[in-house]
Amino acid sequence: MRYITPRKAAEGLGSAHSGTQDHWFLTVSACALALLTPLFLLVVGCAIGLSQAELIAYFGRPWPALVTALFITVGMVHFIKGTRVMIDDYFQHAARKVAIIVSVIFSWAVIAAALFALAKMTFVTIAI
Amino acid sequence: MADVNRSNRPLSPHLQVYRLPLAAVTSILTRITGHALLAGILLLVWWLVAAVSGPGAFAVADWVVRSWIGFIVLTGSAWALWYHTLAGIRHLFYDAGMGLSIEEAQKSSWAIIFGSVVLTLLTLILFFIG
Repeated sequence: MRYITPRKAAEGLGSAHSGTQDHWFLTVSACALALLTPLFLLVVGCAIGLSQAELIAYFGRPWPALVTALFITVGMVHFIKGTRVMIDDYFQHAARKVAIIVSVIFSWAVIAAALFALAKMTFVTIAI
Repeated sequence: MADVNRSNRPLSPHLQVYRLPLAAVTSILTRITGHALLAGILLLVWWLVAAVSGPGAFAVADWVVRSWIGFIVLTGSAWALWYHTLAGIRHLFYDAGMGLSIEEAQKSSWAIIFGSVVLTLLTLILFFIG
C-alpha cells in the first residue's frame, strides 16, 4: 500500500514539495558560471589598477558591465542555493531559519549594490 | 561480559581518527571554497560601489584592493574560483553517473588540485604581463 494521495503521486514532487528544482537550478547556474568565470577574471584583471575615472569609463562599456552584472547576479543566487544545502546539513530548528533568512537577504543586498554601482557607471559614462 | 574481545574488534570510522580519502578532501573543499568566495566578491563589490561614491571612498577601497591584503584575498579568491569551477564540473560528471569509481575519483581529485594551481598561476602571470 502506498501512503500517498493520487494527486501527490501525479505531481511527482516528493516530500520536499518542490522536487529537484534546487538541484536543477544549481546545475544550470553551474554551467553558466563555468562560462562566465574566465570572462569575469579577464574583466576584473583589466580593471585593477585603473584610476577612478578610468574605472567608471571601463565599466560603462557593455562587455565589462554585462559580464560583471551576470557573474555577480548568477553567482550570488548560486551562492544562496549552495549555502542553503550547507545550512540544511549543519543547522537545526530556529537557527536554520535565521541562517536561511540572513543568507538570502545578504546575497540580494550584494547583488543590488553591484548592479547599482554598474548602472551608475553606465549613466555617468553616457552623460560624458 | 567477561569474554568480550576488546582488542581485535573492527573499529568503525570516526571523524577524529579516520584519515579522509583524497576524494573526500577534494569534495569538502568544494563547499569550503564556494563559501570562502564571498570574501573576494565582497571586496570587489565594495570597490565598485566606492568608485561611484566619491574620491575619498574610492581611495580607501582602491588602496585595500592594491595592497598586500587585497593581493592575498584576490589571489586566494582566484584559486578558490578555479578550484570550485573544476570541482563543480566534476560534480556535473558525477551527476551524469561518470567518474564514480575509486580510481577515477582519485585521478580527478589530483586533476582538480593541479589544475586549479596551474590556472591560478596562469591568471597571475596574465595579470602581471598584460
